[in-house]
Amino acid sequence: MIKRIIVFLILATIGYFLVGVVSQIPFGEDRNNVGDYYIEKTPTELKVSNAVTAIVVNYRGFDTLGEVTVLFLAATGLSSIMYRRRRKGEKQIRAKLPSSRIIQIGSQILFPLIVLLGAYVFIHGHLSPGGGFQGGAIIATATLLMLISYRKFKVNHNVISWIESIAGVVFVTVGFVGLILGMTFLENFLPTGELNDLLSGGIIGIIYVAVGFKVASELAGVIDTVLLNNRPEAKNEN
Amino acid sequence: MNWLVIPVFALVILTIGSAIYAVISKNLLYAVVATGLVSLGLSLFFFILQAPDVALTEAAIGVALTTIIFIITIRNTTDKEKCCDKKTSYVEMKKGDDK
Repeated sequence: MIKRIIVFLILATIGYFLVGVVSQIPFGEDRNNVGDYYIEKTPTELKVSNAVTAIVVNYRGFDTLGEVTVLFLAATGLSSIMYRRRRKGEKQIRAKLPSSRIIQIGSQILFPLIVLLGAYVFIHGHLSPGGGFQGGAIIATATLLMLISYRKFKVNHNVISWIESIAGVVFVTVGFVGLILGMTFLENFLPTGELNDLLSGGIIGIIYVAVGFKVASELAGVIDTVLLNNRPEAKNEN
Repeated sequence: MNWLVIPVFALVILTIGSAIYAVISKNLLYAVVATGLVSLGLSLFFFILQAPDVALTEAAIGVALTTIIFIITIRNTTDKEKCCDKKTSYVEMKKGDDK
C-alpha cells in the first residue's frame, strides 16, 4: 500500500513538472527552425539529395558512432552469454532435418539478389532512401535465409570479426582525420562533388559503406550465435 | 470520397487486429508471428507516410530478424504460456518443465 502511494506521488511530481513545461509550448505551432535549415542547406552546402542521411551521418555523426557502438556491445554481450563449451563428441547441429529442396534452390537464387540489394542500399545511402543500417540489416537477412536453408552453411566468425573491426576503425579514423585537419570530429573534409552524383557528399559515402559492413557482420554473427548455441535435446516433444 | 482510403483502412484493421491477437494468444509462436505482422503493417504505414528510410529498417529488422530470433528462442524453450496463471509458483513451473 505504501509502495503504491510512493509510486503515485512520484508519478504526480513528474506529471506536475511535465505539465508545467508542456503548457508553455503553444499547441499546433512549430517553433523549431532547425528542420528548415537542414532542408535548405543539405543540397547546396553538402550536395546530398537525401536529407535524412545528411543529418544522420554529417550533422549528427557522433550520435551514429554511438549507435554503432551500442549495436557492437549488444552483439558482444549476446555472444558472451550464449557461448557454451561443447561436450566431447558433441556436434554443432542447427536442425534435425534438412529443409526441403524447394527452399534450398529458392534461397540459392535469392541470396545474391538480396546481397546486391543490401549493397545498393548502403552505397546509394546519400542518394536514395536507406543507408548503412538498412543495407546491413538486409544483408544479414540474406545470411539468415542461407542459414535456415542449409544445415552445413557456416559463418566464419574470424572473418566476421575482422570485417567488423576494420569497419569500426575506418569510421573512427574518418572522424579523427577531421580533427587532424583542424576541423571538428567527423566534419566533412573531402570535396563534395556534384548533386545527385554517386561520388558526392564527401565522407558520407565512406562512413555509410563502413557502417553497412559493420552492421551486416554484427547481425549475421548474432543470428549464427543464436542458431548454433541452441540445445536441441532440451526441446519439448509435444 | 477517395477510394484509396479503403486499403489503408484494411491495413489499419490488420495491424491493430494482429497486435490484439499477439497479446491475447496463449500460443507464443502464434503471438510472435502476429508481432511480425504488426511490424509489416507498420513498415507499410511508414512508407505511406513518406518515411522510406524507417520503412526499410522496420521491414528488415522488425519483420525478419526479430521474428526469427524469437522463433529460435521458442524452439529452444517452449511455446506454452505458463506464467499467466498466478496460482502456479515459479518452482512448480520449473517442475512442470522437466516432465
